[in-house]
Amino acid sequence: MFDTLTDRLSGTLQGLRGRGRMRPADVDEALAEIRLALLEADVNVAVVRRFLERVRERSVGGEVTASLTPGQQVTKIVNDELIGILGTSPLDIQFASKPPTVVLLAGLQGAGKTTAAAKLAQWCKSQGRNPLLVGADLQRPAAVEQLRTLARSIDVEVWSQAGEASESGDTGDPVACAAGGLAHARQAGRDVLIVDTAGRLAVDAELMTEVAHISDAVEPHYTFLVVDSMVGQDAVATAEAFHSTLEVDGIILTKLDGDARGGAALSVAEVVGRPVAFASVGEKIDDFEQFHPDRMASRILGMGDVMTLIEKAERVYEQDEAEAAAQRLVEGTFTLDDFVDQLRQLRKMGNLQSIVSMMPGVSDQVRNAEIDDDRITTAEAIVLSMTPAERVSPEIIDASRRARIAAGSGTSSAQVSNLLKQFTQMRKMMGGMMGLGSKRRPAGRKAARKRSKGAGRAGGSRTGGGGRATPKGGSRASKPSGKPSVADIDWDALDLKLPGR
Amino acid sequence: MSTTTVLIVVAIFVVATVLLGALPFVHRARQRRSGPAPPHTPVAVSPPPAQRADEPVAAKAPSPATFASGLASSRRTLRDRLASISRRRPDETTWEGLEEALLGADVGVTTTMATLERLRTTAADQGIVDAGELVHALAEGMRTALDADRSLRAIAPEREGATPVWLFVGVNGVGKTTTIGKVGARLSAQGQSVVMAAGDTFRAAATDQLQTWADRCGAELISGSSGADPSSVVHDAVSAAAARGADVVLADTAGRLQNRKNLMDELAKVRRVADREPGAVAETLLVIDATTGQNGLSQARAFAEATDVTGVVLTKLDGSAKGGIVFAIESELGLPVKLVGLGEGPDDLVDFDPDSYVEALLGVDAD
Repeated sequence: MFDTLTDRLSGTLQGLRGRGRMRPADVDEALAEIRLALLEADVNVAVVRRFLERVRERSVGGEVTASLTPGQQVTKIVNDELIGILGTSPLDIQFASKPPTVVLLAGLQGAGKTTAAAKLAQWCKSQGRNPLLVGADLQRPAAVEQLRTLARSIDVEVWSQAGEASESGDTGDPVACAAGGLAHARQAGRDVLIVDTAGRLAVDAELMTEVAHISDAVEPHYTFLVVDSMVGQDAVATAEAFHSTLEVDGIILTKLDGDARGGAALSVAEVVGRPVAFASVGEKIDDFEQFHPDRMASRILGMGDVMTLIEKAERVYEQDEAEAAAQRLVEGTFTLDDFVDQLRQLRKMGNLQSIVSMMPGVSDQVRNAEIDDDRITTAEAIVLSMTPAERVSPEIIDASRRARIAAGSGTSSAQVSNLLKQFTQMRKMMGGMMGLGSKRRPAGRKAARKRSKGAGRAGGSRTGGGGRATPKGGSRASKPSGKPSVADIDWDALDLKLPGR
Repeated sequence: MSTTTVLIVVAIFVVATVLLGALPFVHRARQRRSGPAPPHTPVAVSPPPAQRADEPVAAKAPSPATFASGLASSRRTLRDRLASISRRRPDETTWEGLEEALLGADVGVTTTMATLERLRTTAADQGIVDAGELVHALAEGMRTALDADRSLRAIAPEREGATPVWLFVGVNGVGKTTTIGKVGARLSAQGQSVVMAAGDTFRAAATDQLQTWADRCGAELISGSSGADPSSVVHDAVSAAAARGADVVLADTAGRLQNRKNLMDELAKVRRVADREPGAVAETLLVIDATTGQNGLSQARAFAEATDVTGVVLTKLDGSAKGGIVFAIESELGLPVKLVGLGEGPDDLVDFDPDSYVEALLGVDAD
């Protein structure tokens, strides 16, 4: 997604961090780096220029806060500006009081409108709605058939013109088709109507007029511009044209599971002035989610998508189990049995790659590396081939035990010792983190230890220089109350970094 | 936000770290971008066709007018932007203008910097003092960089008896199926017997879409069931084509994002199978959407690695996008752009013409 942009910005701002004072030259240097990063991420040239002007103005023009270092200050400004463009909160979809709620999808050819239409229908179903899809793309051969096939898999009805596109080029009237769909939705009592339209170029005046007519015929509550996240500079021209024709309410960003840097999201959101509403993140019909601009901004700034990670974790983890495991983890009594438990939970959260990409402070080599889910299976097999005694105290594993474990798990001795080495290192490190107090926080190592003991579990954990995460008031053990919000996070503290070599 | 949730995250972090090794979780040291851009070395990769005489299947020379008129829309804005530049003596504003023009056409930061660096040298060498001349020198330099052999191979080199296969690859939604339809129409019009292979067994109704095109141009379509192994569909098509003595097989593949390793492996297998007797892959054409930004380079690298791409088809150039990414792809990776898509009609496919392309991209007249 925005990974590479993230890396670049965190690299730049890392350099600013730790300097006592920020000189105008520093700001310019950082801005030059940010400019390149944004351009390489496909943010439009003009958008970049405006963005940098705003950041420069705010950076040099003051807003000096005593509590922030210059680096943190620029980070905050860039973050604020990014959020400002992407939208401060996810678009709240309000279903019309007088159904059906009409949604119109438009965009260039190949942006992914038809797939997005089916995915959106599935999302509406998950919200307890009863959608009807309208196949008004009579241009592309078999587009309606594609929509029908997708809709069949999620059990949603498709309305389209009978007869469909003929080979002679007489493709039927999409306006009448859409209007017919609306009438049918009213009649059949469908409460959401999703209209898929043909892909069209912004420069094609005739087709732009046609889509305007479709819009007039169905009077959509929401008009979404479907944008491919791989699009480059042209995103602005396209967005401008569609916005002036249709008054776009939001953006659906597709193919976000690719490795495109996705700067188009910034360009389009800036031009249209409306947030990215949904993101399509995979080939499966469920790989579609509401877009969280604030999270994306923090992701751009190298903070990882912690909120999504936490949400996912909360969905799969057994609360008590997790607490117990976490406690053992910080106490240093985390065994290989716990490790296997964690592995299984981890697997429930989805594929390893996507989890890693959400973690803060992860370098781009890791993000881009092909992470095979088989590694979970392999690790699990190794641990399961150990005796209970070995799992509790892995140090008793000698060469012969190792050979037995390798044979039992179908791996090699080297793989076994590698896992053990990393496990031991990790356990030591987690233990060490409890011991080390914060340099910045007044509570020293004793206090930190005492605090965590007193609370019965450890929360506040910090390493030296590395900057290990801790929540504000981390020692307070409380049940999670409702959905966590971004505002509750101490962003500075969340600059997670494991102390490695 | 509760302590517990943070601890859970930490636990995940730890588990993942154990799996991946602790080392990677360290911020990459800041990499400074400095020094001049690397020297530009255009590489021509495609070897000359085995039989020159029998060459370009697409012998019909595209009229530059068609190419240029298709690009009219993309040309206008850039011409306007450069108009103000051309009138002045070159100064820093001129250079910034040129930089923005190239960046705005999706040429990309690295290629833009390298191109302008060369232009600065040229300008100094030739003592260019006029902004208009500078723009012409830039156009000339870009045309020179686009010097790869872009002829389409009717038969696979060194495999003359085999049935030639043209494989079409690319990410989702770039226009692979439409391009096959148009290529099929063009080859059929030239009197060739064409077999199409419905290798996109993933996307719903992709086969129906290709069937429509096959019917339009009188080609035969070989398809499998939805979800079938694309390699087997392609193999069937090649066998059928060989049995019938068809001239060429056009093989469609499902769109796939280049970072999906398993899907890229699948594609590599499709290519291997297509290259097996009685068939031989003559062209592997990477289809790139003109609106694509810098991800196009990543696409080109990944697809070239997986399938040994022999050429690029640039689609949707009739829109407002300039398709500057293919300049980067050809000049940096040496993959020649061979065909250009300018619309949805069967005839909206022309050979790539570097002169018209550069002219349209910069909005200047070719000499």
